[in-house]
Order: sequence, then structure tokens, then C-alpha cells
Amino acid sequence: MLEITNLHATVDGKAILKGIDLTIQPGEMHAIMGPNGSGKSTLAYILSGRDGYEVTEGEVRYEGRDLLVMAPEERAAEGLFLAFQYPVEIPGVPNTTFLKEALNAGRKHRGEGPLDAMQFLKLIRQKTQELGMTDEMLKRAVNVGFSGGEKKRNEILQMAVLEPKLAVLDETDSGLDIDALKTVADGVNALRGPDRSMLVITHYQRLLNYIVPDKVHVLAQGRIARTGGPELAEELEAKGYAEFTTAAA
Amino acid sequence: MAATVETAQTVKEVAERKYKYGFVTEIESETAPKGLGEEVIGFISAKKGEPDWLLEWRLKAYRHWLTMPEPLWANVTFDALDYQDAYYYSAPKTAEGPKSLEEVDPELLRTYEKLGIPLREQEMLAGVAVDAVFDSVSVATTFKKKLHEVGVIFCSISEAVQTHPELVREYLGSVVPYADNKHATLNSAVFTDGSFVYVPKGVRCPMELSTYFRINAANTGQFERTLIIADEGSYVSYLEGCTAPMRDEHQLHAAVVELVALKDAEIKYSTVQNWYPGDEEGRGGIFNFVTKRGACRGDNSKISWTQVETGSAITWKYPSCILQGDNSVGEFYSIAITNNMQQADTGTKMIHLGKNTRSRIIAKGISAGRSNSTYRGLVKVSPKAHGARNHTQCDSLLIGERCGAHTVPYIESKNRSARVEHEATTSKISEDQLFYCRQRGIGEEEAVALVVNGFCREVLQQLPMEFAVEAQKLVGISLEGSVG
Ligand SMILES: Nc1ncnc2c1ncn2[C@@H]1O[C@H](COP(=O)(O)OP(=O)(O)OP(=O)(O)O)[C@@H](O)[C@H]1O
Ligand SMILES: [Mg+2]
Repeated sequence: MLEITNLHATVDGKAILKGIDLTIQPGEMHAIMGPNGSGKSTLAYILSGRDGYEVTEGEVRYEGRDLLVMAPEERAAEGLFLAFQYPVEIPGVPNTTFLKEALNAGRKHRGEGPLDAMQFLKLIRQKTQELGMTDEMLKRAVNVGFSGGEKKRNEILQMAVLEPKLAVLDETDSGLDIDALKTVADGVNALRGPDRSMLVITHYQRLLNYIVPDKVHVLAQGRIARTGGPELAEELEAKGYAEFTTAAA
Repeated sequence: MAATVETAQTVKEVAERKYKYGFVTEIESETAPKGLGEEVIGFISAKKGEPDWLLEWRLKAYRHWLTMPEPLWANVTFDALDYQDAYYYSAPKTAEGPKSLEEVDPELLRTYEKLGIPLREQEMLAGVAVDAVFDSVSVATTFKKKLHEVGVIFCSISEAVQTHPELVREYLGSVVPYADNKHATLNSAVFTDGSFVYVPKGVRCPMELSTYFRINAANTGQFERTLIIADEGSYVSYLEGCTAPMRDEHQLHAAVVELVALKDAEIKYSTVQNWYPGDEEGRGGIFNFVTKRGACRGDNSKISWTQVETGSAITWKYPSCILQGDNSVGEFYSIAITNNMQQADTGTKMIHLGKNTRSRIIAKGISAGRSNSTYRGLVKVSPKAHGARNHTQCDSLLIGERCGAHTVPYIESKNRSARVEHEATTSKISEDQLFYCRQRGIGEEEAVALVVNGFCREVLQQLPMEFAVEAQKLVGISLEGSVG
């Protein structure tokens, strides 16, 4: 599904990623943990094609294709989804309009016709309820005036509607209360399947109680410093990152 | 609201054909001699079989016009206009007095169809009556019958001069006097057509009234004159849409619109202006120098202007309200989009004369390319306007590094009990927002259209439903090529 080889990247001329190797098979769930500023979001932005993040070495293949030459919207239409660490507000654009545009853009890319109003409404009603969101939130402008937790939930709603093949969740669990954490985890688990993969960036082991990863990676100082199973997350929770930050220093 | 997906398609079409409405209709025109002078004015007046008082009024305006200097205060630049190098009257030859759609030149009907106003369909599609102005002569008016039943008069102004001379004589020039400003004065001298609406006492006009203006013949200025009178307790909503074909030379459009709202009456006037803006280098395009003014003459009357200005090389207009009646309300909702080399200097004037008069201004300016956009607004409160209130909100959005946005508010308050508030913001289109949209699969052009439509939402919501969708598409089309 995703194959990252020797990925080096700079932001503003500053080297952030210094040789990442990471392979995710279809159906796998990977977690990335790591200290603040280690480059986790940078990796997420590189995968989604954000301007200003420059790849200086290495390659990324997505379903066998060169991901890095694709425009952001093409990557999205091909099934790559990023739940943002800081979801963006778009004043004046109702959540439903945004969802519809996004959904139909993907359908168009795949040669499918747009959903009609009824089908669309049915779909988002269902997803909204599953995620414990209200219709009122659908009418409001995208993320405007949403609480931190509501914004994260809204990211998961978008994911549920778009049904991506590869979802990258950047700290979607941060700022969620316990109940919201469960709902979000349910939303993520509902999407799991043999053809879908996930890359979950998190600081907290507790999320991984609900979403059990196949692999856990530690990203430190621009590299994958260690890879293990779910037990690695527990170890990190107990010991912190001291081992990784001092080792390379 | 699936506007942006459609926008994407339209943007593509436009990208291929550039200006979508840039076709020229092959019809022989009957044209006045080139240039401007008393003979030409006589020719126009005679063509229309006008009464003497109107010819006199035109000539008075012309003579005054000769003495007026060119206005130079607006924040726009262009070469001096050569008034002698244009035709002031151009009528499709076959258009002399068609009584029904059957008599209308089929070529014209096809033109309208390309513009998206199939008249034949319109007759069936309830809701919109269209008075289509082709160059200078009004060629078809639909829905007359239905309007006639409730006593609403909706016809070309030339027809109104013949059929309701007393109304025309009473109100023409009563809001925009012939000596008002250089462009309006020229219009008074040479206006060729436009719409006339009269809504009788207590009548709520049963449908949206709509006129599509279109400049077709090369080198003709278009000088329409629109006059709308809402009698006591009546209501009317009017929409004007404009397109013009692509031409290399500039064309002058100097229209005048006068609105009169009597006691308890309400007029809603919406404009979607999509004149040819010129090419990327600023060649060609319409000079849109328009005077629009409404008088809230009676107590509790209301006039609301909504405009979506996306076209023209230069737009220069300030739809205004004179709030004479006590408790009268004036509103101005504006979206002005400039791209490439376009220039817009637009805004409003709210003149508070009566007690407890209120006005509200929401202006959204979007500049892209190397364009320049200025909001210029005047709020004036006279000594007698106790309790007058105004709220102005001006937001500018910049796309790219080479465009400009300016806000020039003038506030003159001569009454201490008045409250005048002005808020202004300027921002750049946010990379974060565009990336967020693109990450969800929405293409770059569509993302711009979506974000800009969101930015304009408060104004778009003021448009009649059936035109709001059109306007949203236009927003996307006019910003085509502004990113990437
Ligand atoms: N636009 C930018 N300009 C300059 N430096 C940047 C920019 N974006 C990121 N950085 C730097 O790159 C480094 C990695 O940032 P990144 O956001 O990827 O970290 P992170 O691992 O996601 O951290 P956190 O856990 O706090 O979210 C940081 O030192 C950050 O300051
Ligand atoms: Mg981060």
C-alpha cells in the first residue's frame, strides 16, 4: 500500500526528515509516536503533498505509483486521507457543502457520477449519527466555532464519508474527552478492512487500547529510531523518549 | 448547493473558450451616424417617436455635458474616452416592434439561449419575467399578461414614454438629475433603452422581474436608463444581468438606474454584472460607468441593492440610497471581483435625511492577478436625521502578490444621536484553507471558488434563489487562472 524509502525532507531549508523507511501493507494499522518537533506532522504533510515541504532524497510509492509527483487533490482522490492535527476553519462554507464537494470530486475522479441530494443526505445523516454529531454541526461553516474535540470529530466524519484507502491521522486523539475518544476509535475501527491501511500519529498509548496497531514506530530526530508491536507504546508511556533523544545527540 | 462542482466544469469550459459569452451575433444593425452631437440626439429621439419635452430634456443634458470636465477622482486609470469615435444608437433591424416571441429574430433568440436565458422556456418556467435588451432596443417582453392582471407595468422605457408618459415625466431624472455627473448626463442625452417598472399601491409583484443587458454591435456604447417606481405599500424584486461579447477595443457602458420607493414600499434590486473584462493584458473590455440611485421617499420604505460585479475592464459605480422618509432603510450588499488587469472602484452612498433611518453596508472585494479594487463609501447623516444608524462591514480578500485592495470610507455625521459604525478587514486567501480543500480531493480552482464563495456568503444569500447559484458559478469563473 505505502512504501517509504530513505525519505529526506526539508522545511524552509531546514532538514527535518533524515532517512525514513516505512512500509505499510494493505489492511495494516501502524502507529507513529515520538517527541514534539521530531517530524511526525512533517511526514504527514509530505505524504499529502503540502507546498513548502521539500523532498531532497528518497521516494514514496503508493499502490505501486510514485506518490510524490501527484497533486494533493489527486492523492486524495486516489484514497489518501489526512486527518489534520489542526483542522482548518473555512468561514461561510457549510460543512455539508464541503463534504459534498469533496465526495463528488473523488467520485468524478473515479469516473462515477455525483450522488444526488437524497442519497447524499442519507449518507451523511447516517455517518453523523454514528459519530454522535448533530445535524446542526453539518449546517455550520467548516470547523468555525467548533471546540477542539468537535474539530477532531469532524475530521473523522470526513474520513467516514470519503472512505479512504490510506488514512493518516495526525494526533486525532489529542484534546478528546474519554467518550469522544471511544467514538472516534469506533469510527476508525469501522473503517478497518483488508484493503485499508492506517497510519496513526499519537502521543498517548490510551488510543492504542481502542485501536490496536500492528506496528508501533518511534520517530526521533528525523528517523524511525525503533519499531515494535503494541507493547512498545506501553514502554514509551513508562519511560519516555530520553533514550532516543540522547542516543543520537 | 453543488455550485462548485458545476463551477469546475464551467471553469474548464471557459478555460477552453476563454470568455464564454464572447460570441458575436450576425445581425444587420440600423445605426445612427458615428459620433455625438445634437443631430444624433435628434435622430435617436425621432427614431423613438418621443414627445418634445423629452427631446428638450435630452438636449439640455447634452449642452450641460459639454461644459462638464471628466471626473478624475476614482482610483482607476485609463486613456481619455473619445466620445466621437462611437455609435450612440444601434438597433437590430428586424426588431421594430415585435409583438410576441414569434416575431423575434430567431438569431437573437439563439443568442439569448447561449446566455442562458431561453425566453421560450422562461414563459413556461414560472417566476421570472425577462425584458431583454439587445443593444438598444427591447426585443421581447414576457409575462406581460400576468403582470397586467395585478396592474404592474413592466416594459421598455421607450414603450413607457409612449404608454405612460405622465409617470415617466414625473419620475425621470427625479433621483438622478440630468446634471448629476458626466456619465449620467451623457446618458440623459443619449439613452436608448432600458426598463420601466411601476408597481401600484399595495401590490406585491408576483414574480422576480429581470432584464438581461447585452452589448453586441462593435463600438456602440450602451446607455440604458432604468426607472422603477414602487407605489405605497408595494414590493418588487428586480434583477439585472449583463454580458457582452469579446472585442479588442473598449466599450463604454454608462447606464442610469433610478428607484423610487414611496411610503411602506420596498424595492430589491440585484445585479449580476459579467461584462467582458478584457484579456490578461488589459486589452479590450467594458468601461462600466454607472449611476444607480434609489430614493426612499416615503416613511418606512426600503431599498436594497445587491451586486455581484465580476466583469468589465473598469467598474465605477456607487448604488446609493437617499433615505428621506422616516424609518426608511437602505441596504447595500456587494461582491466585487477583479482579476488580471481589471479595475473596480465601487461602493455606495447612504444619505440619511429622515428620522430613525437605518442603513447597512456589506462589501466584499476580491482581487486577483494584477487587478485593483477600491471600496469607496459615503455615509452622510443630516442634522434632522435623529436616531440614524449605519453599520458598514468591508472585507477584502487578496489572491496572489500583485493585486491591490483599498478601502475609502467617508463619514459625515451632523446629528449627535446618530450611530455610524465601520469595520474593515483585509486578508490574503489562506494557503491552509486551500490545502485543506485539496487534501479532501477538491481541485485548486474549485478550492478557490469554494473559499471565495464562503467569504461572500452573506452577500450571496441576499440574491434571489434562482440567481444565487448562477452567481456562485460566476465567482469561480471570474477567478479562473488566479492561482497556480
Ligand atoms: N513551516 C516551517 N518553518 C520552519 N520550521 C518548521 C516548519 N514546519 C515545521 N517546522 C519544524 O520542523 C520540525 C518538525 O515539526 P513537526 O510539526 O513535523 O513535528 P511533530 O513531530 O509533528 O511535533 P508535535 O508532536 O509537536 O506535533 C519542528 O522543529 C518544527 O519547528
Ligand atoms: Mg505534529
